[in-house]
This record gives sequence, structure tokens and C-alpha cells, in this order.
Amino acid sequence: MSKTKKRLTPKEKKRRTFLRSIVMGAGVIGVSMLGVIPVIGRWFERLRPPGALQEDKFLSSCIKCGQCVQVCPVNAIKLAEIDEGFGIGVPYLDARAQACDFSCDGLQCVLACPTGALAHELNYPADTRMGFARVALPGKCLAINGEGFKGLARGPDYEGLLRYDDVDRWSPVKVADYPYDLELCDLCVRQCPIEIRIAQCAEKAPVEGKVERVAEQHGNECPPVHAIAIEVIDGISMPMVKEGCVGCGVCEMICPTEPPAIVIDSTLTLENQA
Amino acid sequence: MSSMKESMMVMLGRDPVRAKKDELPEDVKQLHAKKRNDKERIEAIKIELAHKAQHKIPEKLRRKRWAVLLFVNLLFLVSYYLDIQLLEGALTASRFVGFHMADVNSALQVMLAFKHVVLNLTIGTITVLVAWWLLGGRTFCSWACPYHLLAEWAEMLHLKLIAKGWATDQTFDRKSRTWLWLVFAILAIVTGYTVFETISPTGILSRALIYGPGLAMIWVALLLLIEIFYSRRAWCRYACPIGLTYGFVGVTSPFVVHYKLDKCFHEAECRKVCLVPHVLDTVIKGRAKGMRIDIGADCTRCGRCIDACPTGALTFKYKGLGKLL
Repeated sequence: MSKTKKRLTPKEKKRRTFLRSIVMGAGVIGVSMLGVIPVIGRWFERLRPPGALQEDKFLSSCIKCGQCVQVCPVNAIKLAEIDEGFGIGVPYLDARAQACDFSCDGLQCVLACPTGALAHELNYPADTRMGFARVALPGKCLAINGEGFKGLARGPDYEGLLRYDDVDRWSPVKVADYPYDLELCDLCVRQCPIEIRIAQCAEKAPVEGKVERVAEQHGNECPPVHAIAIEVIDGISMPMVKEGCVGCGVCEMICPTEPPAIVIDSTLTLENQA
Repeated sequence: MSSMKESMMVMLGRDPVRAKKDELPEDVKQLHAKKRNDKERIEAIKIELAHKAQHKIPEKLRRKRWAVLLFVNLLFLVSYYLDIQLLEGALTASRFVGFHMADVNSALQVMLAFKHVVLNLTIGTITVLVAWWLLGGRTFCSWACPYHLLAEWAEMLHLKLIAKGWATDQTFDRKSRTWLWLVFAILAIVTGYTVFETISPTGILSRALIYGPGLAMIWVALLLLIEIFYSRRAWCRYACPIGLTYGFVGVTSPFVVHYKLDKCFHEAECRKVCLVPHVLDTVIKGRAKGMRIDIGADCTRCGRCIDACPTGALTFKYKGLGKLL
């Protein structure tokens, strides 16, 4: 190799710097625009936290700070990785691992959101619509098969948390610490936060004037319609998802079959399910 | 003010303008002339340099700055893990003891993409804007940005490799950053997505520290590798729109690095360590336009020049509060 490298004139140097800068700028913009691919290709159909705006608006309005992650008492919210492109740092839920059981009562994630990506208009869990439950594998469903359930819904190593009012009203406990013994499996109905709330309301109703629970003072209103029920059709017990389903994912989380018989569809609305 | 406009233009990428000789004040002209053949001064420089060779640069300010930077970033983490709600969120947006804070650049991306601004974001953005204006604007870069710290370590390695001939330092046009800033603003408006956030190493690192690292660290590592082997401090110098945003915030900031011509020996130690040496154009012999100069908006107030200057010609100054340090 020759040691004498050709000396560049200042003009040539400037030209090279200019070209290098163009390449660098194009590279930076190019890499950032790669982020459009997972979004357009809909690589991920994520379940978003309560109050999330429509997907496109949600991605644009989220400032990717994770304040919603920090306030969630059951750690249901995760932040997306860079493989979600423009969705990087945007919160989502993996319902099977940990659903939103509204044990914060006050929709803390919505209150924490600084940009309104989780819309502040949302006041009550029953008003949210994160997705919609669907019995995806009826053949697996224990209720449909007429089976009961005994033991730990998700096994002894499952880390997920739920609020069990009979154990502790104020802090969620491990699902793995709560064994069931059911003649007919109705876990998806039994653990549905909307159904639990409806039952509580029914017990206490009619409430006049002062309410005794803090959550109620904060407006944890009674859900207007049912979310899920076991209905007997032609002698078969079927979990039927109702209009009041908010898509929180607790049914998918608690379903003891593997894979779960009931799942949340984050794109399915009540209208196009019918 | 012309000096403010000049400082803006230099930040946007134009070369600093040299003053014509007859434009200079009389005392500056005299000092420039006297310095040219001043045997005493040259002797003093030699003594100074010999002294410095004995004592390595202490870099006191740099250590303090690193401590502050780590403290700020770890405060997010500690607050989250201990659940003490002292500083919730990440650098892009947070709540400090309940008060909303929003990174000016991230907020800008969201505003341009979403085209709707809720009150909390307005409050958070203005709070942070005022805070960083008081603190110097690009002070954010060197005193708070986690990528800056990694880039400084990469730079130390880069300089070692350069000395061995294993790395090169290719420069880019400084206008690149201005163009990138504009393109990312336009992309946010047109696409409706916060495009820059996808690759912002500041956001990525802040979230990685608080919520755990992920795939995005590959991008950060790539940037660092480029800076180690190919171009010194390339991201902060030529690309990062956050730097320019905070640069705008700091144009009129009262907190500046202050230069005293009469104390300067023109050894250029400051320019060697500076992230943005164009702001120190004034320290080159014969270039100063006054006896006292406030360094321009692109300065990150990192204080490395203050650490490096053997003669105390550079200091922090808080306008209206007398001199600090």
C-alpha cells in the first residue's frame, strides 16, 4: 500500500463533508422511519390500558414516559420495545400474564397520563373499552365441557395478581395463593371485575346519601350492564360475553386451560362481533 | 441584539463571523496588538504549561457534573423502586413531587403529531422550559441527558484509539442538526407519529434505566460505536434535535460560560475538550470582539473548558447574580 494519500483540497474536503452529512442525515431519518413498518403492518395488536385513544392517536399522543406503568398496583402495564417502531415506549398489557383488574379503583394510569393519551374523560372502569372478550376455544372451555375446577388456576409459579375482596380489599394478592374448588368452572365470570362490582352494588343498593367506601366517594360507579355470564343453552353451560365487557383481560388471565379458552381481542368491538 | 443573533446562527450551523479590525473596541484592539509580541506572556505560558504537565487536569467540574447527571437519572429509578413518588415517569415526561414536567422536545413531538395539547402537558412543558432557561438551556444535555454521559465515555475511548491510529474523526456539516430538527418536526406533523422518539437515545436510555433495557439498546450501541471509531461525539454534535431545542431555550438564558480576554493565553486547551468548539471561536487569538464575552447558546455549560483553562479566563456566570465559581 502506498503511504502517500492524496491530499484533498479544501474544496474537495468540503464536498466530502457535505456528502457525508447527507448520508448521515438520510441514515438517521431512514432508521427512524423504519418505525412505520410494524405500525402499518400491524405486527402487534396490543391491548392498551384503560382510556387509550384509538390506536393511531394513541401512538401520536403518548410521550413514552411510563408514568402509567409506575402507578399500576398490579404491574399490568408494560412498555413496548423498539420492534414496535413508532410504538416504542408505548404502554400495553399482556392480559395472560397480568390483566387489569381495576384494583386501583380510580383508574390511576388515566390520571397519571400527562398527555391525554389515556383520555381523562374516562371516570369509571365500566366506561372503558380496551377490547372485547371472545371464547376462542370453546372445545377447551371447562364450563362447556361441564367440568369443575379444583386447585390453582394458573399453577404455583404464576406471578400474576388479583384483588380478592375476601382476602384483602386494599392490596392485590397472588393468584397462586388462592386455590379454587368449583363444581362447575366459572372463573371467567367469578373473577370479572365488572361482575364483581355489579354484585357489590346489588348487595348494597339502594345507596342513599353518604357512602362508606372511599372508592365509591371517588365515583367508582356501578356498571350499567353485565359483562359476562354463564348461560345454559341446550343443557350446555356457556360463558357468554355481554355488552358490558370492557376488555380488561381478567378472564383470559384466570382461565385455567392452556392455551386459554377465552381471550381478549383488542380490535373486536361489540358491533362487528355480532 | 446582534450577539444573540450571531449566537443563534452559529448554533444553527453557520461559521462564526470574524469582526473587522476597525469594528473592535479600542481596548480590545490594544490588547490584541500587545499580545502579539509580548515576551512576558510567552514566558508565562511556558511556565503554565510546565506546571500543567506536572499536575494532570483535575476535571473537578466534570466529576460534579457526572454526579448530578447520575443523581437525576437514578432518582427516577429509586423513586420507582421505593415507590416514594418523588420523581415519577422518565426523562420524556415526569412528575416531580406531583408537579408535571415534560421534556420540551418530546412534548413538541407529541404536540406536532397529536395536534392537540392537554393542560397538563402545557403546564409540564412550560415548567421545564422555564427551569432549563434559568439553568442555561443546553445544560440539559451535559447535566441530565444519559446519552451524554455514555458519549463522554465513548469519547475518552475514541481519543485513546485516535492516538493509536485505530480510529478516525470524520466531521459532518453542523447544519445537519438544524435540517434534522426541521425534518423531524415536519415528519411529526405529516405522519402524525412521534417519529424522532423511535430513535431518541435519550428517551431509550432513560426508559432502559427505569423499566429495564431492551432491543433499543442495539441502536444506542451502534451510535456509540460510530462515535468511538468514526466521528467524535457525532450524535450530540451533528444530529440530536433535543440539543437544538434546548439550545433555543438557552439563547437568552442568564446562565452562561463567561470569557475574559485579558486572562486568556490562547492556548486552546478549552477548544480541545469542548463538545461544540465553534462557540469558543472567540478564544482564538485576535478573534474576541470584546474584553468580556458570554459564550453562545450552543454551549452545554458542561464546564470542561473551565476545568481545562489553565489561566481562569473561563468561568460560569449567572447574569444579575455576580459570578459563580
